[in-house]
Amino acid sequence: MENTNEMELIFDSRSSNESFARVTVAAFMTSLNPTVEEVSDVKTAVSEAVTNAVIHGYENEVHNIYIRCRTEERTLYIEIEDKGRGIEDIEAAMEPLFTTKPELDRSGMGFSFMEAFMDGLEVISEPGKGTVIKMKKIIGKGRKLWTAQPL
Amino acid sequence: MKYQVQENCLTIFLPTELDHHNAEEIRKEADHLIERNHIRYIIFDFEETAFCDSSGIGVIMGRYKRIYMLGGEVCAVHTNERMKKMLTMSGVTKIMHIYEEEN
Repeated sequence: MENTNEMELIFDSRSSNESFARVTVAAFMTSLNPTVEEVSDVKTAVSEAVTNAVIHGYENEVHNIYIRCRTEERTLYIEIEDKGRGIEDIEAAMEPLFTTKPELDRSGMGFSFMEAFMDGLEVISEPGKGTVIKMKKIIGKGRKLWTAQPL
Repeated sequence: MKYQVQENCLTIFLPTELDHHNAEEIRKEADHLIERNHIRYIIFDFEETAFCDSSGIGVIMGRYKRIYMLGGEVCAVHTNERMKKMLTMSGVTKIMHIYEEEN
């Protein structure tokens, strides 16, 4: 299909790879010509999902995290997967300020930020099997409106 | 990470990327300084910070809880629009004052 692009990334669940993951996705999305704001939104969302995989999915053990990205026209689709412990109650996990690890200074805002900064969020998880986070972001929403404004 | 202690006030100069990886280090170092210097006030300086996620928010909340028990306060300086948005969304602005100008 025309106007599509794909990439896949597999890396160790180390906290030092969190910046690697978000910068790589940010680099991949540049072909969509995003604004600085849109890049920041995606970087934050990717960082949240990868951090969740490192801390909650694998509980700081080192295993693989998988990121699959796809662009279709001006939409960016991101899937972030871990094969860790999974989420018992997805609805509760997505509540703002909910966290299972308050002792680690987790703010409980991870899913809230993913929801706020992306245009779609789906969480698929099974205890003992792992978690897949599916997100999408439409790049260039209202761009015309913005360029039409006088200087 | 850079820190400055003036009497019972600790300034934390936050890194360019305030994520889970960096947050762990700040948490350990700041708590050590808080304990050793009887810190009551913490200033989070966002001047250098270009990226922040919920782990960064967690560091602020965690330090606030520590200081609050001792009757202290936390505040933020040099926050850009994006930081303000994230701090507001997470409700941290209810417990932390953001100073617009150099203080």
